[in-house]
Amino acid sequence: MTETSQSLPAAAPSLNAGRDWSRSIGNGAILLGLAVALVLSWGPADMASWTHLFTDAGNMAKYASGFLHPKFDDWRFYVEEMIVTLQIALWGTFLSLIVSIPLGILAAHNMAPAWIVHPCRWLLNVFRAIHEVVWAVLFVVAVGLGPFAGVMALFVHNTGIMAKLFSEAVEAIDARPVEGIRATGATRVQEVIFGVIPQVMPLWVSYFLYRFETNVRSATILGVIGAGGIGQVLFESIRGFYYPESAAILIVVVVTVSLTDILSQQLRKFFL
Amino acid sequence: MTAVDVKDLSKRFNRKQALRGVSLRIAAGEMVALIGASGSGKSTLIRHLAGLERGEAEGSAIEIFGRPLQANGRLAADARQMRREIGVIFQQFNLVGRLPVITNVLVGHLGRIPDWRGTLGAFTREEKLEALAALARVGIPDVAWQRASTLSGGQQQRAAIARCLVQQSRLLLADEPIASLDPASARRVMDVLADINRRDGITAVVSLHQVEYARRYCARTIALRAGSIVYDGPSAALTNDFLTELYGADSEELVLPDQRPAGGLRLDPSRAPWMGEPSPVPA
Repeated sequence: MTETSQSLPAAAPSLNAGRDWSRSIGNGAILLGLAVALVLSWGPADMASWTHLFTDAGNMAKYASGFLHPKFDDWRFYVEEMIVTLQIALWGTFLSLIVSIPLGILAAHNMAPAWIVHPCRWLLNVFRAIHEVVWAVLFVVAVGLGPFAGVMALFVHNTGIMAKLFSEAVEAIDARPVEGIRATGATRVQEVIFGVIPQVMPLWVSYFLYRFETNVRSATILGVIGAGGIGQVLFESIRGFYYPESAAILIVVVVTVSLTDILSQQLRKFFL
Repeated sequence: MTAVDVKDLSKRFNRKQALRGVSLRIAAGEMVALIGASGSGKSTLIRHLAGLERGEAEGSAIEIFGRPLQANGRLAADARQMRREIGVIFQQFNLVGRLPVITNVLVGHLGRIPDWRGTLGAFTREEKLEALAALARVGIPDVAWQRASTLSGGQQQRAAIARCLVQQSRLLLADEPIASLDPASARRVMDVLADINRRDGITAVVSLHQVEYARRYCARTIALRAGSIVYDGPSAALTNDFLTELYGADSEELVLPDQRPAGGLRLDPSRAPWMGEPSPVPA
């Protein structure tokens, strides 16, 4: 970047004068790096087996045909268990919302000094790097089998994601309104409440709803490792080769996730 | 009483020297214009006076109403308490667009009421009425419950002034308050500022891009060029010829286009009918 001062030399204009080459070089390097990573990963990811998608299509068709006739005899039970899963997701997401608000502020570079930001980010990285299934296994050991282990697993993992998303929203705010608040003699916390939160509110609501949707799906998986809810029922019926029942459960899950999506869209509109 | 006392204030941003050894004194009750071309250091100076920026480590000192705000590049420990005596108006208004206007104005109370009450946003009925009264005084009583972002630029700036009124500061710093406004809104905003200065005796420092407004509204003008004070005296003495002397070709920037006669800068009163006599020195 050059200074826009009057002291610019009156040399002949050159097309690339003052151009920042590091950006162009950086873009090229990133693309090259991505290409190299893809090539190196081809073998280990067993991508050469892609032909099996076609040669073994018959197997898949046979397996899928078992799902073609869903059996809804126990639908009340499925819906009850689905509601348990929703409730696990709701509490997990809500608890992480409570923690993500302060952590999201403290992990933002424009809000806190580096010696607070970095430990916060590191903590969030740990929360996020460990999958919720792993957290669930840990919590099953700690608090026993059941929905509460699922809530705690979602809570911890989701905090790692949501607080990071929150802090990125905070880093993108317009600093000027915050300065306007500061100029009245407000405290730091008041700056956040009146200057920052209103600005990030639409994004935060959006992230929260998106994470809730995601957590409904995750809570289904957590049932598989014993955290209760519809997932447990689904896993048991697949393992017992009850494909028609499994198909019915999957339909319940898909309908529920779609409904959650519609509901959160409406809420998002309301908050924008 | 001295409202603002700046001693040897310098500030450098990376490679650019924004302020060079600025010293000035402003008496309580004055309305002072700060003029200069873009990048001359007006905004930087105002931000230092507001305690939003810190000067360089050696020798810089700013006192507001006799209390040190910053010295040697460090803010005073009670800088936050001092900010409530200093109202700031910004070029871009700095309102929170998604909050209703009245909340933006109520924010002016934050420095004066107990912290816990401000933090919870639990403003009393009296405080809300005070905010409404401030909005009425700046001429926009009907927009209280609209989102600030829905207001026009001139209305937003007046809402920002209402916030300062509620703050009951003794010093008002306005950083290019009219630079983003159309001429009609600009005059209305300047009228409100002049009225606050005259009726409430609040000291006002207003940075302006155009010298006409300085001549019309402020008895005294401080002119900056490249971070140094090049003139400090009566605004009436700032003729266009003198500006050309001070700023050379840059002086064009400081005069409204329609006041710029072809072939040279000389003010023609018949072409500036709205320009009255310079306002008298406040008592």
